[in-house]
Amino acid sequence: MSARTHAPNGRDPAQQEAHFRYVLRLGDTSLVLGQRLGEWVGHAPALEEDLGLANLALDQIGQARLLLTYAGEIEDRGRDEDALAFLRDAPEFANLTLAEQPNGDFGQTIVRQWLLDAWQLEIYEGLLVSADTRLGAIAAKALKETRYHHRFSSGWLMRLGDGTRESHDRVQGALDSLWRFTAELFAADDVDERMEAAAIAPPLVELAPRWSARIDEDLRAATLKRPAAQPYPWHGRRGVHTEHLGHMLTEMQHLQRTYPGVRW
Amino acid sequence: MSEDWPLYEVFIRSRSGLEHKHVGSLHAADARMAIEHARDVYTRRQEGVSIWAVRSADIIASDPEEADSLFEPARDKVYRHPTFYAIPEEVKNL
Repeated sequence: MSARTHAPNGRDPAQQEAHFRYVLRLGDTSLVLGQRLGEWVGHAPALEEDLGLANLALDQIGQARLLLTYAGEIEDRGRDEDALAFLRDAPEFANLTLAEQPNGDFGQTIVRQWLLDAWQLEIYEGLLVSADTRLGAIAAKALKETRYHHRFSSGWLMRLGDGTRESHDRVQGALDSLWRFTAELFAADDVDERMEAAAIAPPLVELAPRWSARIDEDLRAATLKRPAAQPYPWHGRRGVHTEHLGHMLTEMQHLQRTYPGVRW
Repeated sequence: MSEDWPLYEVFIRSRSGLEHKHVGSLHAADARMAIEHARDVYTRRQEGVSIWAVRSADIIASDPEEADSLFEPARDKVYRHPTFYAIPEEVKNL
């Protein structure tokens, strides 16, 4: 299909592209996080946690489906949720770098989840009043799920942080190692600026202190130390990923890549 | 791991139900986790709108060995069922 030079409905093509990318980033972050959580199925430390993590995974994938379907419609080049999820390579993925980090031990999975739950809470809450009502409706549904996710992950953060010496050290270690990816959560670029100017996206500069306050509150309860701020060299949202995403996609996309268009 | 955690009994009230019904048991490290596990294990298919969880150890149960002495004596006292009264036609809503 040839690239369009004019957006539908007479919209500005640059605005359309930014809108597409903004929704794609949200969708990809949910999809990648959901896939990671799904890797725990059959391996969680207890049957109850296995189901708990699977529920989180399904919520994330449900959000990804709504967001990627919508992104495909905005892009208007005939790509549906499946084409976006299964037929793109790593450099075309626009998820937050944090979401693609490996599961590690249970503590590392919890820290990654909790950092992103707190981020999704702010993003979805901000999107409730978006000028884009479709995005607002998706956020309203996702917010209910996300409130539970944060309850789940912050509960575990407390149990592990304020648990045994070993659980405390492990979860603090996971936090120290994953913290370097958090600067990306609220680093606005041209896509964010366009969407914020159009009142489609909430201003990241306003969300960051709220996220930070929630993080500090949870860390206090978990007796964990907030790591020092680190420079921002991670750009998953622009398609520059750590080596982990490619391996993850190999597994996730295997079926569609091997048997294109397969249905069952 | 979960075997090290205490056992909880889970009771769910369904959307249309008036009372909580026992649905099963699970392991959890603390009360908050018991509710989360109950939610994740027993309400995935919209089974309920309210959860009770209680430590299994806190339930005082009758001894199955005593079943005969506890429950047998009621067997031959069918007159305790209110089925032997002729209800007058004028009486409604009984």
